[in-house]
Amino acid sequence: MTESSGAGGSSGEPLLRVRDLRVTFGGTGRRRRGDPPPTVAVDGVTFDVSPGQVVGLVGESGCGKSVTSLAIMGLLPKRGVRVEGSAMFQGTDLLGLSDAAMRDRRGRDLGMVFQDPLSALNPVVPIGVQVTEVLRRHRSMNAADAKTEATELLRRVGIPDPARRLTEYPHQLSGGMRQRALIAIALACRPRLLIADEPTTALDVTIQAQILALLAELVADTGTALIMITHDLGVVAGLCDEVNVLYGGRVVERARRHELFAAPRHPYTHGLLGSIPRLDAPSGERLAAIKGSVADNLAWDSACAFAPRCPRSLAECTALTPPTEEALQRLLSCHNPVPVQVRS
Amino acid sequence: MNVLMQRRRERLDRLAAAGGERDGQSLLAEAVTRLRRNPVAMTGAAIIVVFVLVAVFAPVLAPHGAEESFDALRAGLRPDSIPGPQPGFPLGSDQNGRDELSRLILASQQTLLVGVLATLFGLVAGVLIGVLAGAFGGWVDTVLMRLTDVLLSFPSLLLAISIAALAAKASQTTVIIAVAVVSVPVFARLLRGAMLAQRSSDYVVAATALGIRRRHIVLRHMLPNAIGPVIVQATLVLASSILDAAALSFLGLGDADPGRAEWGLMLANAQTYLDVRPELAFYPAVAIILVALGFTLLGEALREALDPKSRR
Repeated sequence: MTESSGAGGSSGEPLLRVRDLRVTFGGTGRRRRGDPPPTVAVDGVTFDVSPGQVVGLVGESGCGKSVTSLAIMGLLPKRGVRVEGSAMFQGTDLLGLSDAAMRDRRGRDLGMVFQDPLSALNPVVPIGVQVTEVLRRHRSMNAADAKTEATELLRRVGIPDPARRLTEYPHQLSGGMRQRALIAIALACRPRLLIADEPTTALDVTIQAQILALLAELVADTGTALIMITHDLGVVAGLCDEVNVLYGGRVVERARRHELFAAPRHPYTHGLLGSIPRLDAPSGERLAAIKGSVADNLAWDSACAFAPRCPRSLAECTALTPPTEEALQRLLSCHNPVPVQVRS
Repeated sequence: MNVLMQRRRERLDRLAAAGGERDGQSLLAEAVTRLRRNPVAMTGAAIIVVFVLVAVFAPVLAPHGAEESFDALRAGLRPDSIPGPQPGFPLGSDQNGRDELSRLILASQQTLLVGVLATLFGLVAGVLIGVLAGAFGGWVDTVLMRLTDVLLSFPSLLLAISIAALAAKASQTTVIIAVAVVSVPVFARLLRGAMLAQRSSDYVVAATALGIRRRHIVLRHMLPNAIGPVIVQATLVLASSILDAAALSFLGLGDADPGRAEWGLMLANAQTYLDVRPELAFYPAVAIILVALGFTLLGEALREALDPKSRR
């Protein structure tokens, strides 16, 4: 799509630089008998986001993609969760910021669009108030200016009759309209980075495309970088400049969109792509499914987590952590990658 | 005792959970429509409206003063008889030759005042505690909730009696305070539960993700979502406050002035003359029951109407 405008090349300083992000649930503080053992949800995730770039975090449920975004936003509960690693954003480590400093950044520098717009909007507060409170908080606008700006914001995300919509409650809007409102709120202060956590999952298919187009347009217009969290490779294909495939809390493959779709190297990526119906496939052909579930995962420190489900697993896959190779804007972590040009 | 306390606590928590999911105006509008169609609610509302009108216009409605004693009635007072209804005195005389009807009507003012003020004070204090406990959690929550548990562990009337008895001089103010204190833990626990339910909701996370300040989130986002069941409970607490206040006066812990027109006090005084003129006990008793019933009916209907589970 607009790959050239993405400024996503190797030149320039990345906007966000996530290094070895590790999130552990449980296992902090005093351990009592009967406590479940600590769970590592994110296990050394590393990726960069350049200004204006659209980066995808892709994987199935439980791969740690949402936890990654919550950790970057500092939205994980303090108690019972350990976050390690770093997330450098314009020279400061977001993970090391104080609560107050992080609160000032959220909404102003970092925006977030949630999966279910109905539950992410307060049901008893009019839309207008929910838009203007961000403007008043971060841009110190007075009530009148904030209202004017809110009307303009709603108009920009394609909500008809925005002045009237401002006085309405979330349940009076349609699903697509609600997600547009949520996007308007997230972009109200022109953040440098927007994180969209499955923004189309709760919407009708017809609306999904509209919302994605809107996101792409807004991101291109404002130069906002976007982290797109999704399990939907169709979303990735339409929007992302670069794709990180997550498995078991770790990036197992990273490539630019075209390369990834043309030649997936990691067996997991290959499996994901194989499990989507293709229009050009011979009719009657069965979809390839990835057998098993994330419950079968092995620990990364002495194996490849994907090994039990992998059709290409070797003996070393269950004995050694796969090496991470990075070359030509491509990252791969696999003992036995799919050879190039296996797909016709 | 412990089991009772546990049950009461569970009931409050369940109420809080039921009120957790609200749907803004439509639910409110829907609730009003449903209330209109509910004969129970309308009966309760009718009783309350009549009661409030009587209380507000009591000085106009009452044919005589509350403490006015009439020679015509006093002349008929004997140890074994109190004058019954007669021209000018539709309900007859009380034990001191005063007009029973006027006293009944004027006493409604006391009841309304005490009931509303006690509920209001209880509501304000309870909401304060509930918001603090529900918003902060942790040790603040633990300390506040253990304190309310202590209050909840006493039967409410016994607690009210103890508090009223603590005061050096019984007065209307002590009654209001005693009855208010009894209702504080009810409101506090109910709101705390509802606030806790809001804390993990998506819109709170979303507001946090926008950098909205904590205090703003608690007061402008969580509280409006959590207050519904508390308001419903306030209607029911009003009924029990009226009953408790009447009970305190009945026990002599109310206003020190024995001539005061107050239903509980009138009931207490009528005890002595139960065999002479039982109506003197009957009238204030019926008044108390009717008013408490009115608030209870409306409160229960309101709760049902606002309960998302009862929506079609």
